[in-house]
Amino acid sequence: MTAIPMRTPLARVWSRVWAGRSRYLVGAMCLAICAIMVTPITLSMLASVKSTAEAAAVPPTYVPGGLSLDSYARLWSYQAGLPTYLGNSLGTALLTIGFTLALTIPAGYALARFPIPGKELLFVFLLLALIIPYQALLTPIFLMFAQLKLTNTLVGLAIVHTAIQLPFSLYIMRNSFEAVPRELEEAALTDGGNSWQILVSIFIPAIVPAIVTVALFAFVTSWNEFLGALVLMSKGSTFTLPLILAAARAETSLGGTDWGMLQAGITISMIPCIGIYLLLQKYYVSGFTSGAVK
Amino acid sequence: MYASRRRKLTGLLYLAPAFVFVLAFTAYPLVQMGWLSLNNWTLITPPRFVGLDNFTRAFADEQFWVSLGYTLKYTLFITPILMVGGYLLALLVSPNSPLRRATRAIIFIPVVIGLGVSSLLWAWLFDPMFGLINRALLDLGLIDKPIIWLGTDTDLSTWAIIASVSWKVIGFGMILFVAAIQAIPSEINEATMVDGAGFWQRTRRVTLPLTRRTILLVTLVSVIGSLLAFDQFYIMTAGQPFNETATAVFFVYLNSFPYLKLGYGAALSLILAAIILLFTIVQLALTRRSQA
Repeated sequence: MTAIPMRTPLARVWSRVWAGRSRYLVGAMCLAICAIMVTPITLSMLASVKSTAEAAAVPPTYVPGGLSLDSYARLWSYQAGLPTYLGNSLGTALLTIGFTLALTIPAGYALARFPIPGKELLFVFLLLALIIPYQALLTPIFLMFAQLKLTNTLVGLAIVHTAIQLPFSLYIMRNSFEAVPRELEEAALTDGGNSWQILVSIFIPAIVPAIVTVALFAFVTSWNEFLGALVLMSKGSTFTLPLILAAARAETSLGGTDWGMLQAGITISMIPCIGIYLLLQKYYVSGFTSGAVK
Repeated sequence: MYASRRRKLTGLLYLAPAFVFVLAFTAYPLVQMGWLSLNNWTLITPPRFVGLDNFTRAFADEQFWVSLGYTLKYTLFITPILMVGGYLLALLVSPNSPLRRATRAIIFIPVVIGLGVSSLLWAWLFDPMFGLINRALLDLGLIDKPIIWLGTDTDLSTWAIIASVSWKVIGFGMILFVAAIQAIPSEINEATMVDGAGFWQRTRRVTLPLTRRTILLVTLVSVIGSLLAFDQFYIMTAGQPFNETATAVFFVYLNSFPYLKLGYGAALSLILAAIILLFTIVQLALTRRSQA
């Protein structure tokens, strides 16, 4: 690093810019980037409160002329009604969280703390979904669920969402169980506690951050997932929120898509994700950095 | 001795639910997919064994090659944008100042919303009549009449989708790059600053080499994600025009579900899974080498 080669003219210009006005430049760039990222979401939310007439106006207005909840009212009573679709999305997401935690907490405990024969091989097997994309497995899963009468059920869809989330969640769980100091557990062991009592009283309180991370990602994956729901849910009344919105766009497109209603639906779908993200940013980012890059 | 055997059994018992789950909902479907791919089955008639016919049929199917080629093209276009863009953003926002921290958080917001929902949002923005993109371009005098972005011209559709997906997922790479850049020991950066190296020189000679592992891993995740693209195409173009924007997963979906050609769909799924596996192996091998 001692001999610095000749800089190219471009690099020289850049470094001067960086050295001189870099502070203002960085500020301006940050603000411009924030504007680009936030604009589409803001426009959609604004469009959702346009009146029926304004939502259908050509050319469209940038900002609504007044506040109206017409679009939300239409969405509320669209086909089976918004409560049904929200209930389906929420139910599937909660089931996914439940399944994922019920499977990965004991499994993470076992992998981190028990002398299991062929442990690493078993771990690789449990991560099988990492190398087989679930998109490719939907054909046989659909067939199996059709035979088990699990198509058009929230449990069936939650099983698929759990399968998607399992490798990531297991990975997080195993790591956090391994990070719990052995002394904690040994003290409880000498007190005569069995492995279940130790799991409940020592480990679970110690791995709360991992539980939050796993639950958070399970929720967001399930809430947003589209293809699996499209394949498994053929009855309109079992549609999740993204499905009914996509269907509503196709359905109304003959007489002109009801974009106002769709923006209301998009807003409702985005709000929990963004809200959870802003509240639990720490867990979110740590989950991404520890889970996505293994 | 007894205690350790008992602990083994207890451990296996804790592991059993997850094991059974993966066996039933990942491993068994995989085997089932292999069996299905050797049969013709439409659910109405009983399955009929056809050997490797579904595979020869796939390789002779023009749409198969169109879909595969299109998926590769899409991946080839979007990956550099996501990687270079994500890295440049990471370089910009990785130092910890309040503004950069906030920018980081905001760039990540679209990552947390659903791809299906964001595709609907962008389909609206790109709409020729009701969309604000055409409205803005007309107001700025950049175009004379609205552009039909989606579903009539393959290239326009592709770039419109790439723009929307880049907006949606660029924060994913960025956040991982930021973590990697921040993990570089500050002594190294200070040493190069004392040497008088400029920002770009430091980036090229220190930051990039020291974050190479993350770059490779993010590229792997991103390439695989693009090869499996579906939602954005299903919603924004529905594969149009002439199924030219029907990606590989879209093609599998069409055959398996609306057409219920389950055997053919399974064969296509297997081919797709094999391609993804190939990418995974190649890139994991690359990562291994860079680690050593």
